[in-house]
Amino acid sequence: MLRIENLDVYHGDAQALDGVALTVDQGAIAAIVGANGAGKTSLIHTIAGMHRPARGRIVFKGQDIAGLPSHKVCNLGIGQVAEGRQVFPSLTVAENLEMGAMLPRAKGKRVENLAFVLTMFPKLRERFTQAAGTLSGGEQQMLAIGRCLMGSPELVMFDEPSLGLAPAAVHDVLAAIRDLNRAGLTCVLVEQNVAVSLKLARQAYVLENGRVTLAGSGEALLADERVRQAYLGM
Amino acid sequence: MSSILFNVVVQGILTGLVYGLMALGLSVIFGVVRVVNFAHGEFAVIAMYAAYLLFSALRLDPLIAMLPIALGFFGIGYALQRLLINPFIGRPAHEQFILLVGVAIIIVNGLLMIFGPDARPTNLSYAFDSFAIGPLFIDKVRTYAAIAALAVTGLLFAFFRYTHTGTAIRACADNLVGAAVVGLDVKRLYALTFGIGLACVGAAGTLMVTIADATPALGPAYTLLAFTIVIIGGLGSMAGALIGGILIGVSEACAGFLITPSMKSMFSFALLIAVLAFRPEGLLGKRT
Ligand SMILES: Nc1ncnc2c1ncn2[C@@H]1O[C@H](COP(=O)(O)OP(=O)(O)OP(=O)(O)O)[C@@H](O)[C@H]1O
Ligand SMILES: [Mg+2]
Repeated sequence: MLRIENLDVYHGDAQALDGVALTVDQGAIAAIVGANGAGKTSLIHTIAGMHRPARGRIVFKGQDIAGLPSHKVCNLGIGQVAEGRQVFPSLTVAENLEMGAMLPRAKGKRVENLAFVLTMFPKLRERFTQAAGTLSGGEQQMLAIGRCLMGSPELVMFDEPSLGLAPAAVHDVLAAIRDLNRAGLTCVLVEQNVAVSLKLARQAYVLENGRVTLAGSGEALLADERVRQAYLGM
Repeated sequence: MSSILFNVVVQGILTGLVYGLMALGLSVIFGVVRVVNFAHGEFAVIAMYAAYLLFSALRLDPLIAMLPIALGFFGIGYALQRLLINPFIGRPAHEQFILLVGVAIIIVNGLLMIFGPDARPTNLSYAFDSFAIGPLFIDKVRTYAAIAALAVTGLLFAFFRYTHTGTAIRACADNLVGAAVVGLDVKRLYALTFGIGLACVGAAGTLMVTIADATPALGPAYTLLAFTIVIIGGLGSMAGALIGGILIGVSEACAGFLITPSMKSMFSFALLIAVLAFRPEGLLGKRT
């Protein structure tokens, strides 16, 4: 569904990604593992059209989308649950969800998508008219996921969705991602919880200093000695 | 004496509502696009000339001319943001400053070339009529202008509060990264916002001909006025712009009545300094 070839990305003079190549199969969860500063967020932002690559191809469903602006990328069906959640703090929960449905591709499915999101996250229904800035971290993460789903995405990139959450909320968020994937959503998962994310993932990539240094199935990486040492502390 | 003062205060409130609408445009543009429109007052003066021309050529009442002029200004604002200002988004503030000051200078000198420095009055047939309510005499023109300003402001509030596009513009002001994440077309929303900001100025400028005669020199004065109002009310706060406008309108009217009209700016600036000293974020501004 998504194929990335030879991607180079810079922040000013500093290179964040160096010749990255990876694929994400339809219906899969693809985990991306890497230390702080490895370039995971840079990769997601570049796919999402929020950052222009210097070189390389990003092919989504047969179309090269490298360099397209973010609103066009989103409308092709690539959604993002961003690092730090990025909800609209002074807008209500309802308005936040509405903003996810502004894409032309999702306009007609507003009602249907909203019903789906509120069934999946009943907490959001309770908080519907409350400003998003007053929600707890876990609730904000659910809102960020719900808002993304309002755009009818086919592929969703999750960037550290469990960061800073209490253990119970971490479990809820990861379970939600697993359920969405079972229902057919293709996912890219960047997660500090490396063991869990590799267990969920069909495909997995290790990113180090902007390069893919290891690739394989989630299972294979979970068993890999280097991964176990560097990311699982074993 | 007290009933005269009361009259003066009411006149000030009415004028202040028109000021408030003008300042609202500045506040909306700054609050969302984060660009300070240093040509704001100059645009108001273009609207005054447009209203003057429509009145002298077609006898079109400014209260009606307000609609086509605001619409035209919306288009100008939209195009200006898309073509001229967008490339400057994200550039250092002083570059944006020079750009918009340049626009202001071009406008003032363009108007001087076309119309000359003399004031152009718009002589409405009902210019000297007034409503008598008990001891109160209220100018008809000012009342109509204030009602029109209030109506436009109300529409704008409703637009931002209840429409999807209005909410999307608020979302951009709230969290720009979030706006990109959900796939809002930020550049288009910025252009819409600049268009809306200029539509406010267009409407306010048109109404201004009922209060003052059009002359190019008013441009910088109105820019300063709009700034004073927005800073008193609170940068980025819509209600603040309106309240700031009313405060300045009343303070100008009282200064003119109690001392002398030429002192009115001094009163406004005194108010500005008082607000900056005791509540630097403005009356309704958010603390940052
Ligand atoms: N806007 C920016 N300007 C300059 N450098 C940046 C910018 N964003 C990221 N970088 C640099 O690019 C590199 C990759 O950063 P990135 O945020 O992609 O890493 P990450 O893998 O997401 O890290 P983390 O786990 O901390 O979120 C880092 O060295 C970072 O300092
Ligand atoms: Mg990151």
